[in-house]
Amino acid sequence: MSTSGHLLEIRNVAKTYGSGEKATHAIADVSCSVDDREFVCVVGPSGCGKTTLLKCVGGLLRPTSGQVLLRGKQVTAPPEEMALVFQEYGRSLMPWSSVRNNVLLPLRHKRLGRRERKPLVEEALAAVGLTRFIDHYPWQLSGGMQQRVAIARALAYQPSILLMDEPFASVDAQTRGDLEDLVLRVREEFAVTILFVTHDIDESVYLSDRVVVLTHAPTQVKEQIDVDLPFPRDQIATKELPEFTHLRGHVYRLIRRELGPSEELAAATTATKGEGG
Amino acid sequence: MNRKAYHSAAIAAEIAVPLAILAAWQWWTVQANDPKFPRLSTILVEFRDLWLFSQFELHVVPSLIRIGAGFGIAVVVGVVLGIGLGLSRWARIAAMPHIEWWRAMPPPALLPISVILLHSIENRQKIAFIAFFCLFPILLNTIDGVRGIDPATMETASSYGIRGFERIRRVVFPAALPQIFAGMRTSLSLAVIIMVLTEYFSSTSGVGYVLLISKNTLQLAPMWAAIVLIGVLGYLLNLLLILAERRVLAWHRGWRAATVQ
Repeated sequence: MSTSGHLLEIRNVAKTYGSGEKATHAIADVSCSVDDREFVCVVGPSGCGKTTLLKCVGGLLRPTSGQVLLRGKQVTAPPEEMALVFQEYGRSLMPWSSVRNNVLLPLRHKRLGRRERKPLVEEALAAVGLTRFIDHYPWQLSGGMQQRVAIARALAYQPSILLMDEPFASVDAQTRGDLEDLVLRVREEFAVTILFVTHDIDESVYLSDRVVVLTHAPTQVKEQIDVDLPFPRDQIATKELPEFTHLRGHVYRLIRRELGPSEELAAATTATKGEGG
Repeated sequence: MNRKAYHSAAIAAEIAVPLAILAAWQWWTVQANDPKFPRLSTILVEFRDLWLFSQFELHVVPSLIRIGAGFGIAVVVGVVLGIGLGLSRWARIAAMPHIEWWRAMPPPALLPISVILLHSIENRQKIAFIAFFCLFPILLNTIDGVRGIDPATMETASSYGIRGFERIRRVVFPAALPQIFAGMRTSLSLAVIIMVLTEYFSSTSGVGYVLLISKNTLQLAPMWAAIVLIGVLGYLLNLLLILAERRVLAWHRGWRAATVQ
């Protein structure tokens, strides 16, 4: 049954780097699915192969075994229906192009007329509030604004599913909250499905409809938790809900059990430094 | 000192120092009264008579054409080959030993054979010779530039399905451009050296030819005038390239300043 009705299906995906005795088993066996318009967050301890998993889903890496299916069709190369937002905004934006041309870049090879491209670029930049900066270079903007350019670029590409790899890990806390709300807003506006990888437990509960908790490497799915918090979400009100505290605590316990005490300390330090994956 | 005053002082110094050197040169040549060192004024008169009027079309234009064509060919071939080699590990494995071998060859070693093989001491041989030796700095820099592209940049291109020529044009080429320009600067000064070398070795026109004739006839004023001209040419050509680079790579300076801190 390849047409299961899910928009995205990850079936027994495993990824091993190298071979023989030196082989690293990054992902042991991960299966989960994402429905149309769903917002799914993937969290796991540091170094659990979250980025590897997302690259397999996005068609940038080939799984050692298992399959990724998009609308029932196996993903073997980056599909046009997907757009990826990386953690390293500074390196994924082209420094020689203006904000406008960065957003335009992926649209150039889509079968669109010039007339159709221009409004797509402008709409996407308006949605992330950067209309005024359309003719700036990315490096003239702050980190948070650069990540908004990357999000606009992904939106203008008109994907049905947005893959986000710890997109807010390298911005400050204040900006991070704003960007989270921005993603929730554009999700409604552009009716897009989102698969969001993070190591931040609060972020995963705050954003998603469902949290997929991973084990440490070799990675498996530990548990999937439905998040029934009401929309629209609010940085203060939502996070004060007893349900939020409960869910957060639950995910936290799951992840803590994955780590020894010393590792937990290490994970806490790297989390504050904004690293992970 | 405020900015404006600082700028004026800098420009004044830039002009004053060469003028002082020229004045010292004139004073010294008058004092020395040595036929090997004609007076600067004599050289400048010679310079005007030789280069600015009668001989410009006869000797300066051919030299400039040779530099322009040879350098231009080297840029095109170097960038195209360099991008190909930069992107393909197997192409590098196959080609690098040959590139290193030819690169290590001193240009004068190939001068006689080039005249025989190309059956020419005119533009065909000169341009080919300049192009051949100017190729290597551009080629090697382009390869380095392409190999040095951030993997995150390439992955972004992949994730958006930017492939083939589109990827080369929109991602690989602009990303490697700062390195390509570095290679072009080295090559341009090489072009002037090799232009003089080939013309001095065998030719019927050009700045190097004038140098050769004045040596054979022991005329020192035209020889000095030729030396001055070659210096001016090299200086102006380099200046032109730097101005072009500033325009094309304006983003690179801003980006570096923004990311270094």
